[in-house]
Amino acid sequence: MSRQKLMGWGRTAPSFGDLQLPRSEEDVLHALGHGPVIARGLGRSYGDPAQVSGGVVLDNRGFTTIGEISPDGVVTVEAGVSLHELLKVTIPLGWFVPVTPGTRQVSVGGAIAADVHGKNHHVDGSFGDHVLSMRILTPVGAFDVTPTHHEDLFWATIGGMGLTGVVTSVTLRLTAIETDRVLVDTTKHRNLDSVMDAMRTGDDAYRYSVAWVDCMTKGASMGRAILTRGHHAGVDDVEAVTLAGPTNARLRVPVDAPSGLLNPFTIRAFNQLWYRVAPSKKDREIQGLSTFFHPLDGLNDWNRMYGRRGFVQYQFAVDDYHGDVVVKAIERLSSSGVPSFLAVLKRFGPGNHGPLSFPMEGWTLALDLPVGPSALPGVLDDLDDLVLDAGGRVYLAKDARLRPDAVRAMYPRLDDFLTVKQTYDPDQRLTSDLARRLNIGGQH
Amino acid sequence: MENAFGQPQRVIVLGGSSEIARAITKKLVAARAHTVVLCGRNPELLAKASEEALDYGATATPLVHLDAEHPASATTTVDEAFAAAGGSVDLVIVAVGHLGSQADDETSPEAALAMMNVNFTWPVVALTEVRNRLVAQGSGRILVISSVAGMRVRRSAYLYGGAKAGLDRLADGLADSLEGTGASLQLLRPGAVRTRMTAGLADMPFMTGPNEVAEYVMAGLSTNQRVIWSPPVLRWVYLILRHLPRQLWRMVMDR
Repeated sequence: MSRQKLMGWGRTAPSFGDLQLPRSEEDVLHALGHGPVIARGLGRSYGDPAQVSGGVVLDNRGFTTIGEISPDGVVTVEAGVSLHELLKVTIPLGWFVPVTPGTRQVSVGGAIAADVHGKNHHVDGSFGDHVLSMRILTPVGAFDVTPTHHEDLFWATIGGMGLTGVVTSVTLRLTAIETDRVLVDTTKHRNLDSVMDAMRTGDDAYRYSVAWVDCMTKGASMGRAILTRGHHAGVDDVEAVTLAGPTNARLRVPVDAPSGLLNPFTIRAFNQLWYRVAPSKKDREIQGLSTFFHPLDGLNDWNRMYGRRGFVQYQFAVDDYHGDVVVKAIERLSSSGVPSFLAVLKRFGPGNHGPLSFPMEGWTLALDLPVGPSALPGVLDDLDDLVLDAGGRVYLAKDARLRPDAVRAMYPRLDDFLTVKQTYDPDQRLTSDLARRLNIGGQH
Repeated sequence: MENAFGQPQRVIVLGGSSEIARAITKKLVAARAHTVVLCGRNPELLAKASEEALDYGATATPLVHLDAEHPASATTTVDEAFAAAGGSVDLVIVAVGHLGSQADDETSPEAALAMMNVNFTWPVVALTEVRNRLVAQGSGRILVISSVAGMRVRRSAYLYGGAKAGLDRLADGLADSLEGTGASLQLLRPGAVRTRMTAGLADMPFMTGPNEVAEYVMAGLSTNQRVIWSPPVLRWVYLILRHLPRQLWRMVMDR
């Protein structure tokens, strides 16, 4: 058995497991004959969901076939295909993925396990909302599931963090595009109230919307922000129509940066620079798809910038009546002196039927926080309480430090999920370091 | 499982009634620990440690009997502790130790043997079994409570200091052996701590209370440093003390 060190994108809490590369359904079903076992995609979850210490980790990169795209944009792909590889094929044919997170370097299987969302959630929902069917291998056999056939397994798998089975192939509906450009409107906001107001009243007019918020400023300019919103550009919006797929990153961070590189001083300076150089208002700017959707994909291994100790991401969602939690969270951070890189603020549309799917209608805020400040664990525990009191929740794909009882309160349908899991995984073989830590199924 | 800040959920404390261990346990429970297996010899003290851990929010504190004077029993104790933990163990604290009474012990071969058993041999047997368990698990940490007494052995406590010196050096090598396994070992080197064990002794420089030691441990768990000094300045103090000429060393530390 070859043990490998595995960790999430935040590079915290590594553990050792037996990493296998199954090539066939038989290989996967064989591995599911014993526990503990979990699937792993490209390792872009921030914490510990794609690792299981002392167990078997199934690398899904043996499943990379992309099927034909039907005239109405339906395609079947294997679960190990990354959005990067998929977009290379689909964009030249005039199709875009229905939902993309801030990176293309996620596998389709991972996108389902985390039920990822993008800048269009308020209009289009999350990744799972565009899945027509899936093939899932469980310890009790293989299932072809749809939203209406074995719907319990279908929805438990959407956002189920890989704990219901191993997805091998997925049929999804793509989004038609005329060009590989996006028409972007940018506005600059002096504080949080201003940007939240603009989003509340104006987001419905845009397919894509996201705000970058500075969490290091206090007082009147607390939460100053840059809001970018846009649409896919049509043939009439551009001078020459191009449909080029994404290119591979040319740059990478070669070594771990010193752990203290990203400190309150350098982060404040970066945030200041970023705010100053942004235009105060810009309409109908033409941007490439990669620039708009995946700005960090040009730099491989950017997580190494956070140094050996790594970083955590904290992302929560609250409903529209509790927008004040966004304000309070940023106040709590900026007053504690815990450094945070630009935060991402977004509006969510309604959630879906996935019992562990994260999105809920309202607001979501994501924060990148380097590990190191001794106040950080306590500050995040305080944010948990704020979010819990507001009936909100924290995103499991980002989590590396929640308490089990908080998860139970944040995901009131956790018991529904566990019931489905028990049906398809009666021996609780599928588990992960995350599942053990949060007590959401599987052997300890 | 341990979280991103090195905060464990399932903990085994070998020597669970030690005051330093109890102070650490309280902080671990206040953070994320829900299960703390307390291993010790004195049932009354263990019951007290258990009550304290439950007060701070632990949900389970199984008790396991430990007899450090019989090193051969260490394997059984560790096995029972892992079984009682009910899942993968994130942290094992080795807090077994006994200061003894140098003046009485140094002329008695039996007492010298007992001092080695409690402070060195039992912990080494236990560490060997713990190591096997954590390597199989692919994760987990060991915290060995060493002492600055082992950094340079004083005439006035050479049995205790000598045993701690052996444990400290051995644990350092054991820590290296864990590289690439997912398990790891950290050494705690506290200076004098105000506890039952040191009651009646005069206050010493850099003396701390158990709670301060626990603070340094929590910080050390999150940074993963190999050696946690308590207080941290002792690292530099002992760098000097260790290299003092003998006459000077004896004048300063060995009166």
